[in-house]
Amino acid sequence: MSRLEIPVPDKAQTVVEQLYKDLERRIEASPLGLCPIDMTKAFLELCHAQTCGKCVPCRVGLKQLKNMISDVLDGKATMETLDEMKETAVSIMETADCAIGYEAANMVYKGLIGFYDEYVSHIELGRCNCTYKQPVPCVSLCPAGVDIPGYIALVLEGRYQDAIRLIRKDNPFPTTCGFICEHPCEARCRRNMVDDAINIRGLKRMAADLAGKVAPPACEPSTGKKVAIVGGGPGGLSAAYYLQLMGHQVVVYEMLPKLGGMLRYGIPNYRLPKDRLDDDINAILETGVQVKHGLRIGIDITINELREQYDAVLITIGASTDKKLGIDGEDANGVISAVKFLRDVGKDAAIDLKGQEVCVVGGGNVSMDAVRTAVRLGAKKVSIVYRRRVADMTALHDEIEGAIAEGVEVQTLKAPVRIETDGDNNVKGLWVQPQMISEIKGGRASVKSTGEPEVLLPCTTVIVAIGQDIESKHFADAGVPVNRGVIQTGRNAGFDLLPGVFAGGDCATGPATVIKAIGAAKVIAANIDEYLGFHHIIQSGVEVPQPNLADRNPCGRVNMTEREACERICDFDGVELPMTEAECKQEASRCLRCDHFGYGVFKGGRKTLW
Amino acid sequence: MVKLTIDNKAVEVPEGSTIMDAANIAGIPIPKLCFLKDINEIGACRVCVVEIEGKEKLVTSCNNQVEEGMVVYTNSPKVRRNRKKTVEMILSQHNSNCVTCARNRNCSLQTITRDLNILDVPYEKELFPLPWNKNFPLIRDADKCIKCMRCIQVCDKIQSVKIWDVGGTGSRTGVYVSGNRKIEESDCVLCGQCITHCPVGALRERDDTEKAWWAIENKKKVTVVQVAPAVRAAWGEVFGIPREEATMGKIADALKRIGFDYVFDTVFSADLTIMEEGNEFVERFKKGDTKQMPMFTSCCPGWVRFVKSQYPHLVSRLSTAKSPQQMFGAVMKSYFAKKIGVAPEDMVTVSIMPCVAKKGESNMELFYEEYAGKDVDIVLTTRELTRMIRMAHIDPKTLKDVPCDEPMTDGTGAGVIFGTTGGVMEAALRSAYYLIKGANPDADAFEEVRSSREQPKWKEALFKIDDITVKTAVVNGLANTRELIDALEKGEVHYDFVEVMACPGGCVGGGGQPIKDGYELATNRSVNLRQLDENAPIRFSHENPSVLKLYEEFMEKPLSHKAHMLLHTDHNAWEMPQVNR
Repeated sequence: MSRLEIPVPDKAQTVVEQLYKDLERRIEASPLGLCPIDMTKAFLELCHAQTCGKCVPCRVGLKQLKNMISDVLDGKATMETLDEMKETAVSIMETADCAIGYEAANMVYKGLIGFYDEYVSHIELGRCNCTYKQPVPCVSLCPAGVDIPGYIALVLEGRYQDAIRLIRKDNPFPTTCGFICEHPCEARCRRNMVDDAINIRGLKRMAADLAGKVAPPACEPSTGKKVAIVGGGPGGLSAAYYLQLMGHQVVVYEMLPKLGGMLRYGIPNYRLPKDRLDDDINAILETGVQVKHGLRIGIDITINELREQYDAVLITIGASTDKKLGIDGEDANGVISAVKFLRDVGKDAAIDLKGQEVCVVGGGNVSMDAVRTAVRLGAKKVSIVYRRRVADMTALHDEIEGAIAEGVEVQTLKAPVRIETDGDNNVKGLWVQPQMISEIKGGRASVKSTGEPEVLLPCTTVIVAIGQDIESKHFADAGVPVNRGVIQTGRNAGFDLLPGVFAGGDCATGPATVIKAIGAAKVIAANIDEYLGFHHIIQSGVEVPQPNLADRNPCGRVNMTEREACERICDFDGVELPMTEAECKQEASRCLRCDHFGYGVFKGGRKTLW
Repeated sequence: MVKLTIDNKAVEVPEGSTIMDAANIAGIPIPKLCFLKDINEIGACRVCVVEIEGKEKLVTSCNNQVEEGMVVYTNSPKVRRNRKKTVEMILSQHNSNCVTCARNRNCSLQTITRDLNILDVPYEKELFPLPWNKNFPLIRDADKCIKCMRCIQVCDKIQSVKIWDVGGTGSRTGVYVSGNRKIEESDCVLCGQCITHCPVGALRERDDTEKAWWAIENKKKVTVVQVAPAVRAAWGEVFGIPREEATMGKIADALKRIGFDYVFDTVFSADLTIMEEGNEFVERFKKGDTKQMPMFTSCCPGWVRFVKSQYPHLVSRLSTAKSPQQMFGAVMKSYFAKKIGVAPEDMVTVSIMPCVAKKGESNMELFYEEYAGKDVDIVLTTRELTRMIRMAHIDPKTLKDVPCDEPMTDGTGAGVIFGTTGGVMEAALRSAYYLIKGANPDADAFEEVRSSREQPKWKEALFKIDDITVKTAVVNGLANTRELIDALEKGEVHYDFVEVMACPGGCVGGGGQPIKDGYELATNRSVNLRQLDENAPIRFSHENPSVLKLYEEFMEKPLSHKAHMLLHTDHNAWEMPQVNR
């Protein structure tokens, strides 16, 4: 016998490790609407299988908890069962020797507190009242409800123009979203259960790239009704598109010289090339939407004047003002909000950053846009300054990676304290307080000061990217309900006391995503149509191909590639490279067609009109 | 056209055909359980799976289309092995006490189990029974439900009433009354379409045959039975009697042999209904009452339940005439009881109906002189009739044509077509014409209103009688009806008179009719009724001698005070649960 042995991988364990990975992906793709109690039971069984068996609470108690949950699920429990469950869970939490036991009990306990009503409802009804809410995961999770399996099937057949027509039924910005959508659709893609989510956004971009110009459908006969839309961003223009298709005459009021809102004046060209944005906007304008530029609501024309001149008014002004840091020196020369900074770039009036050192405060997507734009404007050194860790940043992972690849420094765990200025009130640097990561509060790791001395980050420009606000004052004055700066609409996007006035997009939700604004625009267009006394139907007329019956063998996901960093930082041209047509077809063929296979074929598989 | 090979046989089928369609064309039946053409093509039971060459996973043939060059095996060892496993799984959660099941020997699960030669189920039996109100006319045995989802789809898509829904998630997923309601608190219209489309015995009507046997046995009671028109077009299916030979006369013979004292044909009271409803329509039409909204027929209790729960504000648009079943019951307990010298309380009135909702309708109260009770005491479906014939050990081959009893012997062709969509309207128009013109039209003058199960949405027809124009519509199926009412309410259409039958195709396709899974026989049965009308010696309700005699001896004239007391009803006299979701 050897004195020591090199461990050899256990064959069973190797397979189990793979199964863990499978399970991780499966949980990632877990559908909405599942019974939380049934899931708790399933989790608990997994936890119990992890028990080493040494200690009583974990070995026995978890089993007893599971029995009680089964009673709840089988309609055999009473309210006393819940009391006993709570006592048992707490006891295990307080007595178990290791995390396997006390954390398992904690999961049950969290559920008893978090969805107590569900437990009670099971006991009262003697059965589960939950229903499956996600027949087709991607469609359910897309705020605009785009027919994703439908257009992926069309891409697979090379019918790119039809794909664009089908997308436009729910989203008139297919090209834009192909570039910059945050793709909530991919989050629970069922393909995760096989290998990896479908690259849905990438496929949409490819449909837009390969389709060429696609004319919008013909408008319905004119209704003679006029609708004013205040703000020509994605929400306003989407509503304009659908209302114009329905036969109403839309007039968009836009204070800036060009349409697109944040898409043009917030998102840099390297992420969304403006000529591609124009593809979407031109198609929208082709329907006959009229635009009045340069008029500012509340200054040049009031909301009440619009109400008199139009049959309905829609407010989609977005969230276009900046949030302040509220620290000393914020009024210094060289401090600029990210909103203004990016807008100036969009207006071709970018400030000169050649040779400068720039600090960008914030960890969101706007912050990434600001740093990467600063790099392209020739700054010598660009740093992200963020209070927490990279993992806590709200920016998309790819954006953070892109910024780092482009040479951006990341100063994490640094809380801005004040801005250092010279005698002429010019920025000299940013004082920060080092932070350490601390307790998890509300599901997020909090930070606290390390107690170390403050640090000066020398710089000549500070860009503040910590959020946006809404210019809601005029609307509040005109009687539109506003709470903490956000316009408060009913669920129909209208106002009880202001018939005919509607609002949506960022100004009614706070800063959110393009696709959310587009989703809201659909709701608003439908409700304005009803308000005007009509019931127009929006449909694409595109027949979706039958699913292919090929076996779904595991296959890697095609990710988008990018131009190399040293080259792309020299210009504002698009960073992302397209897929090849072969990659595009392979990726499209990975789609599991949840509209046809599974629950989708029974309920909610496809909405061909709205 | 698409060329493919199925079980080594070259087949050419239209593009877009499903594999199952293609196999059918090739003469190869593929076993199936949940599939219901155009209604439920969801591949839930996995019984219709087939193997496609070159593919590992089996594919459901019911909802996947053929492709050029496809090589399909519908019964390869792999298919058979998996199909068997799947059915074994279904059986593990199915209460297979077949011998005491209403669907014994008429059950798709039983058939497939036999065909797969399953003699043993390797799995533990796991049943999930649910409590149910056994007094309700519709009975559900949850532990027989195989979750094929057909009932949900039929109620959603054909009837738009949405009584059933999927409930629970995961392994506990099942079919429940939607919105956490009890069935008796729901707006179930009792059409029974879920019953006739259930592949197994999870759904059935409340069996009232024992009540009928009790009445027959009870010496003090005089039993009087009536048989609805649509019953004759369907009952023979159960015994393999060709439709044209399965006459009303043979049903009368069977009922007499079973022991009923008097047997009548509901066709008589259908004619009576026309006299009342036709006169009511002419009166309301002349008064201008139908200028905004039409008068609706009231003979279908499923429809009456629908309008009461979904459109309560339209109840006043219903004809006040009772249905033929209720009218006949009232006539039996008044006019007929007097004739034979029997007190109405000693009479048990029974009806044989193609319908489950009639069991609900019979709760309607009857007050006549000292009598306070019901028009009809016991309602049996066509299926229950065939069960009673079996219970009486009657060999159907020995049945002979026997006439109905006096004095309500006669029925006209117009009354016979009450059992099919468009029939009530046609019968009413034949008599309305006579009321307006004083002379008969050609009996087929109104054939334009003849509708069918296959008619999309509804059928409209416009009739000019001199300078009067009557706009009519005929609709069957409640989803179609909802569309019609919505169009009426939006002002998109206008009619004076609308006939509604809740079941697809009318009573011939009723929820109480014999079941043959996978077949829609309403149209075949309808053809039978139309032939009976065509060959009838009298084809006008107002010429029915028995009806005329009834008015002469008892009811005076249509819409008389007595007729109002006995033959009309207040639709607001009873409560129907309102839609509440």
